[in-house]
Amino acid sequence: MNLIRRLLFVALIAGALPSFAADNFITVASTTSTEQSGLFNFILPIFTKDSGIQVRVVALGTGQALDMARRGDADVVFVHDQAAEEKFLAEGFGVKRFEVMYNDFILIGPKEDPAKVAGGKDITLALKKVEESKSPFVSRGDKSGTHAAELRLWKIAGIDLDKVKGPWYRDTGSGMGPALNSAAAMNAYILSDRGTWLSFKNRQNLMIVVEGDKRLFNQYGVMLVNPAKHPHVKVKAGQKFVDWVISPAGQRAIAAYKIGDDQLFFPNAKK
Amino acid sequence: MLQADAHLYDIVGLSLRVSFLAVIWAALAGLPIGALLAVGQFPGRKTMTVIVNGLMGLPAVVVGLAVYLLLSRAGPLGEFGLLFTPTAMSIAQAILVTPLLAALTRQIIEDAWLEYAEQLHSLGTKPWQAAVTLLWDTRWSLSTVLLAGFGRAISEVGAVMIVGGNIDGVTRVMTTSIALETSKGDLPLAMGLGIILVALVLILNAVAHGIRTWAAVKFK
Amino acid sequence: MRAMFPLVLESIGFSPSGNVILKNINLRIEAGSFTVILGPNGAGKSVLMRLMHGLLTPSHGTLHWGDAPARPQAQAMLFQRPVMLRRSVLGNVMYGLQIQGVPLPDAKQRALAALESVGLLQLADRPARILSGGEQQRVALARAAALKPRILFLDEPTASLDPSAMRAIEAGIAALHAAGTTIVMVTHHLGQARRLGQNIVFLANGCIKETTPAHTFFKQPQSQAAADFLKEELP
Repeated sequence: MNLIRRLLFVALIAGALPSFAADNFITVASTTSTEQSGLFNFILPIFTKDSGIQVRVVALGTGQALDMARRGDADVVFVHDQAAEEKFLAEGFGVKRFEVMYNDFILIGPKEDPAKVAGGKDITLALKKVEESKSPFVSRGDKSGTHAAELRLWKIAGIDLDKVKGPWYRDTGSGMGPALNSAAAMNAYILSDRGTWLSFKNRQNLMIVVEGDKRLFNQYGVMLVNPAKHPHVKVKAGQKFVDWVISPAGQRAIAAYKIGDDQLFFPNAKK
Repeated sequence: MLQADAHLYDIVGLSLRVSFLAVIWAALAGLPIGALLAVGQFPGRKTMTVIVNGLMGLPAVVVGLAVYLLLSRAGPLGEFGLLFTPTAMSIAQAILVTPLLAALTRQIIEDAWLEYAEQLHSLGTKPWQAAVTLLWDTRWSLSTVLLAGFGRAISEVGAVMIVGGNIDGVTRVMTTSIALETSKGDLPLAMGLGIILVALVLILNAVAHGIRTWAAVKFK
Repeated sequence: MRAMFPLVLESIGFSPSGNVILKNINLRIEAGSFTVILGPNGAGKSVLMRLMHGLLTPSHGTLHWGDAPARPQAQAMLFQRPVMLRRSVLGNVMYGLQIQGVPLPDAKQRALAALESVGLLQLADRPARILSGGEQQRVALARAAALKPRILFLDEPTASLDPSAMRAIEAGIAALHAAGTTIVMVTHHLGQARRLGQNIVFLANGCIKETTPAHTFFKQPQSQAAADFLKEELP
């Protein structure tokens, strides 16, 4: 009996400890591309040193990140799908949208290049060739910004995916990293953001086959979650983060992040 | 490299804390349930036993989803702000491990009950008293049950990923780190972490074996 | 205080799942008596004891304890193999008292006294399960005695013990009887039955064949079954 009482005491104490942890933090719902590229690991310590606010990033696909914010589980969203972000705003879940930075998408493919698209500058032409040759193609399929961009590009190329989908089109429903792993294992083509590709270590037989098309431009936006919808949102701290990210200091930090000699993200907040 | 090691210690330390707390909660619920299922005489006992055994096969990712929905701000327990905290991960692990502890405890207590039932009935012991007595009497076997539960808890990845969010420095544990490094394609690092995790679980099993052997000799 | 005795069994039968183990049992146990139940293997002696002690429920018939309304608490039982908990000798003896809600200091005192009476005080702190069979049975006796039962049931308590251990247990039982405890014992050891018993209940094939005072039973059993039994058992 004595032992049971002692155990209960320990359990309650141990359970109470976490709640005494840092209270000065915000939760940012962002995408796997920003996290896995290492950008946040670079710029967030600079922000925390400056403001004393800890930033907790939950990395999901853009669609999931926005849904998470709709449920009130985040203070700020930092994603890359303008159409989805504007819908989010229109529904009243965000306060204001600010453009932060851009990077670009690239088409990755196997060295053997069965669809013969390497070196091209036209993404829609490349996609048409991939579809015609029924070469394996991996899609993220997870409502992410990258996935949304991929679907947009198929549409611009004039291809109705539903009609032509087959064993060649592999919808993996996963983040950028896992999707690249799958593409590497399957020797498949895949649309990726440059940041994740540059920090991806399991390339195996894959290489960049198409880049530079203006339509591969990928814009990131940041929004404070609307306290009118979710009163518990940390407005002050969240706004501080939003302000910092579009401030000259934040923009400089973004530009400073490089892998080797390559800059991954290009700041373009409106002054 | 040294800096990476400090980070690694944090991740291992967090994994241990989260699972330790989870097993304590699971034991507080699971051990009494198991004991009462073994010695109790109440209607529906057999049905409950079947249910508890079945719950051992509960898919972890479903538990993760359920806990996520409960703890989300949009959910019934949202006001506590527990989502994406180590506590949420302990909760998910505890829910997963409780049926395991209950079922294993029931088996152990049932076997001991065969030996003790008549004598305890003769002394006028009531079912809840018998449960407490047997829980204490089989404490060495039960300690290995707890270690088994701990091993299951610390190996969990799906549920803790969902309710923890794998936040760097806050809710990133060994299993979610392995998942992350794998998805980033850094397979050697993922493998390294995996080896550490396996070593931890093996050490646990060795300790459990040692306890069983020592207790068998000392107490018979 | 309600009188617990006599314990009366009327037309008791026990037939679990249709197998008839005991039938038409009529028996009367008076306060302070020493009853020994004898009979061949499979006669149902252990079952009869468990029915009296309340570990089993009869299929037919009635069982009363004097004019007590329900099963009295002041009884205890020893089994052929003593059942020790994984705790100290003292802990085991205290256990029965703690179950009954006796406060800890009183339980400890009564337990120590009981251990003293069976001569095992020096083993109080040992883990009970590493003791020899004889010592464990003495601990079980102390555990039962500490409860101050008005009746003690014993199911072949010395069957697995060596002669010196057996004598120690017999001395303990005799002491309890002398102090007023009613004893009901099953044994295979006829010498033991002759030494200790006052009344013999002879059971065969699930029926009581005779109930006779001990000194008469061994010289002149009333039933043929008992006579055959004694002829085979005694040299």
